[in-house]
Amino acid sequence: MTRYLAVRLAQALGVLWAAYTVTFVVLYALPGDPVSLMYGGDSSDVTPEQLAALRAQYGLDRPLPVQYVSQLGLALQGDLGTSVVNGRPVTALIAEAVPPTAQIAALGLLLALVLGGGLAVGATYVRSRALSQTLLSLPPLGVAIPSFWFGLTLVQWFSFTFPLFPAVGNKGFSSLVLPAITLALPTGALVAQMLSRSLLGTLHEPWADTARAKGASRARVHLGHALRNAALPTLTVTGLVVGGLLSGAVVTETVFSRAGLGRLTATSVGAQDIPVVQGIVLFAALVYVLVNLLVDVLYPLLDPRIVRVRRPRPVAARAAAPALVGAA
Amino acid sequence: MTAVDALTALTDPARAAGTGAGPDQASAPVDTGIHGRDEDVVARHVWRGRLVDVLRRPGLLLAVVWTGLVLLAAFAPAVLASGDPLTGVPADKLQGPSAAHWFGTDQLGRDLFTRVVHGTHLTLQAALVAVGVGLVVGALLGLLAGFVGGVLDDVVMRTVDVLLSIPSLLLSLALITALGFGTVNVAIAVGLASVASVARIMRSEVLRVRTSVYVEAAHAGGSRWWSVLFRHVLPNSTGPVVVLAALELGAAILAVSALSFLGYGEPPPAPEWGALVSGGRDHLRTSWWLTTLPGLTIAASVLAAGRISRALDGDRGAR
Repeated sequence: MTRYLAVRLAQALGVLWAAYTVTFVVLYALPGDPVSLMYGGDSSDVTPEQLAALRAQYGLDRPLPVQYVSQLGLALQGDLGTSVVNGRPVTALIAEAVPPTAQIAALGLLLALVLGGGLAVGATYVRSRALSQTLLSLPPLGVAIPSFWFGLTLVQWFSFTFPLFPAVGNKGFSSLVLPAITLALPTGALVAQMLSRSLLGTLHEPWADTARAKGASRARVHLGHALRNAALPTLTVTGLVVGGLLSGAVVTETVFSRAGLGRLTATSVGAQDIPVVQGIVLFAALVYVLVNLLVDVLYPLLDPRIVRVRRPRPVAARAAAPALVGAA
Repeated sequence: MTAVDALTALTDPARAAGTGAGPDQASAPVDTGIHGRDEDVVARHVWRGRLVDVLRRPGLLLAVVWTGLVLLAAFAPAVLASGDPLTGVPADKLQGPSAAHWFGTDQLGRDLFTRVVHGTHLTLQAALVAVGVGLVVGALLGLLAGFVGGVLDDVVMRTVDVLLSIPSLLLSLALITALGFGTVNVAIAVGLASVASVARIMRSEVLRVRTSVYVEAAHAGGSRWWSVLFRHVLPNSTGPVVVLAALELGAAILAVSALSFLGYGEPPPAPEWGALVSGGRDHLRTSWWLTTLPGLTIAASVLAAGRISRALDGDRGAR
């Protein structure tokens, strides 16, 4: 187990390094001059000498490989540079923005799991074919609805028509509700799709027939046997789901004018604040890597079969996991 | 494959496979003989069968009709709405939907239906360019990785894994930061962000096809590697990619609209769908139609693309 953890940790660090390299290539090596980007359309007001001085200040006058190595060295020490707009350290900006986003993301994830999971269980449990088909057609609808419009519609109904929740801001629990529902819609739809597909699969497994033959009730087979097994593949897409919450926050926090990581992203892209954007993308990759690491560690604890399969045939067990992610 | 080819692929998988095999048909005229005529008859039967199939499924029919309307709005907007999307009658401002103004009017008295119809061109063009970029780059990478294998396969697939670890909207936003704003840059950013998933599916299909008996036979028969690649492997592994293309078109419409809602698309007077929803924000309290009708238009288009994608997937599974 220790050896397995060490290998997974090394892989995770490798992914982070690669993500850093990808963002560096995208943001610094693509044609386009970061310094004139920072000034947007006003670059005509700045003299060439000032531009050169700025380049020297940010180290942008050096060749790209030198910039890459020196920035990577700083990043390893936890220094992601400073914001071009207000000169504050990128890490501090991100650390400030994470808590409010974590709140709506956590509530959103909870809602998504409860509602999406409930929908999947209900749709596969009901006997009426028409009702089941109707319920199963809801998740594609949830994926197709643009979340920015859904959020605005929630504001219109539950802030203006019925003044239950505030339309904007970060104050108190009531301001969390509408943004969390907005975040939960696409996430819940994804969870419902995954879970209903794997539930329909597990219900046809031989051991489900065995349980029925032994006289277990429909509910017991459904919840006690099928759901327990069907929930595991859904766990493997948690990384994707959390990533989806992060990118959903960009739109949601703009709609609800909430402070947070999403709002920071939107304003930084608007101001073309390259160091902050790079920091946020890296943060997203870090979250993804951590969540997947956690899932990989938890998986054998939740499903004892994985351990038994992994020891004799490590290749087969590893090959199964990406296939599930791909199916999402 | 250009964006337009990607579009024909959505409605006609057989033709998409045909364009892939195009160059080979020129080099091997022997094949078009009696077989050509047989294939025509079969194709006609297949098409009639498909038409009946579409008519039998009302949801799919609706999706096809809606997609047709959206395409009409994109390429000939004047047929659906003859007015000017940029100038309005100030006296008619903020009117609700009526027979004269189907989608109502905005704060400058511009007809919202005209604006949505004329905005289709911008949004759909961006989505098509995005899907085109994603398909061409992704399919090429997947094809090479799967066909060549070895170190190249490892390098490409590890890069794909890394790209998948970054949420695609954030990747698009990083690309927009570097490229700048505007519809074309948004389209390229969305397209490049979808490269990873296309490459992954293409590669797995190529791996499946590469080991099949007819590819082995082609190799044994002395075919050059490029002829095997473009004549046998490519046409036979495009199926899932075509299904993905239709799905990606829906996702691209959503992503492009979200980015234009955030204000990274064309500057204000341009009636991009996402920008229309964002423009209606200030009048949310009084004029629901300004956000809801463009929002529903986006949702209907994404749903239609998803429904067609599922139908293509089903057809492929049945064959």
